[in-house]
Amino acid sequence: MWRTILRRVLIMIPQLFLVSILIFMLAQLMPGDPFYGNLNPNSDPATIARMRHAAGLDQPLYQQYIHWIDRVFHGDLGTSYAVNKGWTVTRIIASRLWPTISMGIIAAILTYVFAISEALLSARHENKTIDRILMVWNTITSAVPSFVFYFLMMILFVYLIPIFPASGTGIDDSQSFTTSFFSNLRYAFLPAFTIALFSTNSIFQYLRSNLLDQQAQDYVRTARAKGVTIKDVFRKHILRNAFLPIASGIGYSITGVLGGAMFAETIFGYPGIGALFVQALTSRDYTVITAVMLLQGFLALLGGLLSDVISAWVDPRIRVK
Amino acid sequence: MSDLIRIENLKVYYPVRSGFFNRVTDNIKAVDDVSFSIKAGQTYGLVGESGSGKTTIGKSLVGLEDPTSGTILFDGEEATTIKQKKKLNYNKDVQMVFQDSQSSLNPRRSIGEIIAEPLKSFGVPNAIGAGAGDKRSFDQDDIDKRVLELLEIVGLPARTVTQYPFQFSGGQRQRIGVARALATNPRLIVADEPVSALDLSVQAQVLNFMKKIQRDFGISFLFISHDLGVVKYMTDNIAIMHNGRFVELGTTADIFDDPRHIYTKRLLSAIPSLDVSKRDANRAYRKRVEAEFAENQAAYYEQDGLRARAYDLKQITPTHSAALKKGEA
Amino acid sequence: MAEKLLDAQDVSVEFKIAGEYQKALHKVNLSINHGEVLALVGESGSGKSTFAMSVMGLHNPDQTKVTGSIKLNGNELIGLTERQFDQYRGVSVGMIFQDPLSSLNPLMKIGDQIAEAMTVHDKHTQQVSNRVLGLLDDVGIVDAKRVAQQYPHALSGGMRQRVMIAIALANEPDLIIADEPTTALDVTIQAQILDLIKEIQQKKNAGILLITHDLGVVAEMADTVAVMYAGQIVEKAGVEELFNHPKHPYTRSLLRADPSDVKPGETLYAIPGTVPALKDMDHNKDLFLQRVPWLDESVVNANVKDELQQVGDHHYVRGTAWQNFEFNDVTEGENQV
Ligand SMILES: Nc1ncnc2c1ncn2[C@@H]1O[C@H](COP(=O)(O)OP(=O)(O)OP(=O)(O)O)[C@@H](O)[C@H]1O
Ligand SMILES: Nc1ncnc2c1ncn2[C@@H]1O[C@H](COP(=O)(O)OP(=O)(O)OP(=O)(O)O)[C@@H](O)[C@H]1O
Ligand SMILES: [Mg+2]
Ligand SMILES: [Mg+2]
Repeated sequence: MWRTILRRVLIMIPQLFLVSILIFMLAQLMPGDPFYGNLNPNSDPATIARMRHAAGLDQPLYQQYIHWIDRVFHGDLGTSYAVNKGWTVTRIIASRLWPTISMGIIAAILTYVFAISEALLSARHENKTIDRILMVWNTITSAVPSFVFYFLMMILFVYLIPIFPASGTGIDDSQSFTTSFFSNLRYAFLPAFTIALFSTNSIFQYLRSNLLDQQAQDYVRTARAKGVTIKDVFRKHILRNAFLPIASGIGYSITGVLGGAMFAETIFGYPGIGALFVQALTSRDYTVITAVMLLQGFLALLGGLLSDVISAWVDPRIRVK
Repeated sequence: MSDLIRIENLKVYYPVRSGFFNRVTDNIKAVDDVSFSIKAGQTYGLVGESGSGKTTIGKSLVGLEDPTSGTILFDGEEATTIKQKKKLNYNKDVQMVFQDSQSSLNPRRSIGEIIAEPLKSFGVPNAIGAGAGDKRSFDQDDIDKRVLELLEIVGLPARTVTQYPFQFSGGQRQRIGVARALATNPRLIVADEPVSALDLSVQAQVLNFMKKIQRDFGISFLFISHDLGVVKYMTDNIAIMHNGRFVELGTTADIFDDPRHIYTKRLLSAIPSLDVSKRDANRAYRKRVEAEFAENQAAYYEQDGLRARAYDLKQITPTHSAALKKGEA
Repeated sequence: MAEKLLDAQDVSVEFKIAGEYQKALHKVNLSINHGEVLALVGESGSGKSTFAMSVMGLHNPDQTKVTGSIKLNGNELIGLTERQFDQYRGVSVGMIFQDPLSSLNPLMKIGDQIAEAMTVHDKHTQQVSNRVLGLLDDVGIVDAKRVAQQYPHALSGGMRQRVMIAIALANEPDLIIADEPTTALDVTIQAQILDLIKEIQQKKNAGILLITHDLGVVAEMADTVAVMYAGQIVEKAGVEELFNHPKHPYTRSLLRADPSDVKPGETLYAIPGTVPALKDMDHNKDLFLQRVPWLDESVVNANVKDELQQVGDHHYVRGTAWQNFEFNDVTEGENQV
């Protein structure tokens, strides 16, 4: 087990290297100075040329790359010139990271909780009313664009029935860590809950059909013959087998967190990385864009790693190999 | 007659992992250095204790398991590894009927789709018989026609093509497995307990059928079974397996009329008899042989970790060899 | 005679297939006494497992209609709710299934699967792990400690079947239903397992419903034999009587299909045709006669009573066709495949 993890972590190093090259190339396509942010793309051409020289942007690409990577390793991602003008990108990301992580984790957990409960209900009552309702519900939530629901939820729970706070993250550095932590949860909950509620469809559909397949397996009959109740057969035997092919997806769902957070954070006025990315895009803050892309690349690799570890962990047949 | 398939010094080990770092600490020697060959048109019987490695041999023959070492020569060409087999398009010639009909049939596929599977990969042969049909059609109509033909051969009604495995009884499912294995006109079928889930009448049909296709088309079988009555009827040669090793090897008559190894003797004594009046006598005899086995076993095996490992085979007659005691000739 | 352990009267089972109910079992009467081994034999698809599953109450209630009466120790089982049935399953009745690989949960350790049979009924909860090792030992698994920690895929077919038997025996049930219990085992272990089942049965005076197609196993184990065809019992007798004086054409055909004494050059006797599809079954007839091509149509189509006729001491046969039945020739079955 540990060896598998170690091996996977080692594989991540060249992968990270490749991702960084990719992002470096992409950044080359952006005007101005996407790496250091010392340069306003709207200045006159002569100034730009001078400053590009000063920043070393006229050096050969590989030298620029080495230089950039070296700075990235030292935590220097340049300076923002629009979103938080003058702040280092590291500082911006640091201030935005926790809100997105807390919301992302809650959203991921709730998504699986909702999807699994719905799928279990559906499968146990196949073709009954509750099954039909859940099928229709999931079809609707997947067909309608998610931001529509986000707006509805926000209007409902922030303005009409104001039980959740409006914009902000609730993080207050002047308070103690715990106070700040719990205050953040209050802010994170509504967007996370909303994301989860409306994104169950793919897990639900897949899990439901797996559950039904597994239900017809002989080991289910054996468990029933022991006197295990139907409910427990589902919980202890069928669910795990049906969940197996999905388990690896848990890792990958990390990858989608930033993408999903873009709409939700912007609509709920919850300033995390997702909202930051939208802001950076609209104000062409290229240093920030590059940094967020780098973060996303890292998350994608981490997601792959987690997926492999999870599959190996839940499936004894893989574990042996 | 030449050898259709030749297995030399086949070893298949499964790693045993343990400890915090899950390191390979030991090997299960599922198949430990066995050699045999099957001639075209013959049936080779593989009999032995449960867990002795029969299925594992079958799996490495069809390419579901890569051998740890040894060689498999099919028609003179090396087909040891899965890779080599792929290159030879080997599985159109070698198919397997599985011991476990339930888990070998995809529950989400209809019977028609299951039987069509090998036809989609290897095509519908334009003639019948082992290895026959050098022209192969991938036409959907031909596939459909062949599927119906196969269902008829194994005695299932045509309308079952659209049904799913769970709708069949164990015996019916086994016939589906046979139909799938026959689809591509293989030259060798590894039949892993093909009739153990069948009742006598269907068993007779399937066995007659296997003999018939063998007679008519020269198909070879590796016939894995623990039913010695069936094995005696079906096979030309037999290998007796115990703990991953061959303990005795010979023609069917050699084994049944002149068993030499202590395990073979025990096996033969355990055959249940149809004669109800001798029930108690049989049980007593069986117990006696079992006790004898327990007593003398040590002389026939060397200790290999926890397992008793049979000695190498010694030739007794040109067709008959056994893993005799040390010093016995 | 004391109360019967199992007493099934007029048990019929219908499956919903393509929206319609089709009969798989028609008015089956079977009983088992404490300490008795009843072997149920019959062609694949004749309804043996269907009967066993009715006793276990394991048919899907939405797709299956079970009628008649099944009494276990005098308690009616048909009509019980799932919850009531769960009290019996695994406690009063233990079942060993046909397909040993797929019958075990691939993601659960062997030891846990055996333990569950006890913990689910709050039995042996104190020493459950010791009892698991003991059971594995009982069914002849040498390295019990290691095997308990393994997953099913790492065991051979025979070992898995022994695990199944350990599960069924965990609570020492009154009735053991063994559906092809030794199909996956080699003869030496088959012999051991059969001896083991016998031993446990004698110790607890348990009854056994033994489903098998291996006539050798029947001859070794059974006290009574019931022969089933197309969802009906066609013959029932003590084991010696049945082997020595089989009456029904189907029983006689089955006995003749046994390969043990056939020379390799000869063709096995195979019964022509197959069991009819459920929807084609007219249970007022002796359905087997359709598969005897040399019989007169009037014989084949004659109506037959549901009740079996007594023809000897504890020997019952369905219909009267057996009285004039002769085999026509040796090679009937050959062109069938
Ligand atoms: N994937 C695996 N990992 C570890 N051990 C395995 C694996 N597959 C098989 N084995 C072991 O290899 C040995 C041989 O198994 P195999 O299935 O070939 O036996 P078999 O002779 O076919 O037995 P049976 O008659 O019961 O089917 C057994 O000890 C088994 O536990
Ligand atoms: N769940 C089901 N739905 C529909 N038909 C079924 C179902 N289960 C069994 N049948 C049908 O009922 C008949 C009896 O099947 P059953 O499994 O009882 O046979 P069996 O005597 O146990 O055969 P085998 O020896 O092959 O196990 C068969 O025709 C089978 O196709
Ligand atoms: Mg096997
Ligand atoms: Mg059955």
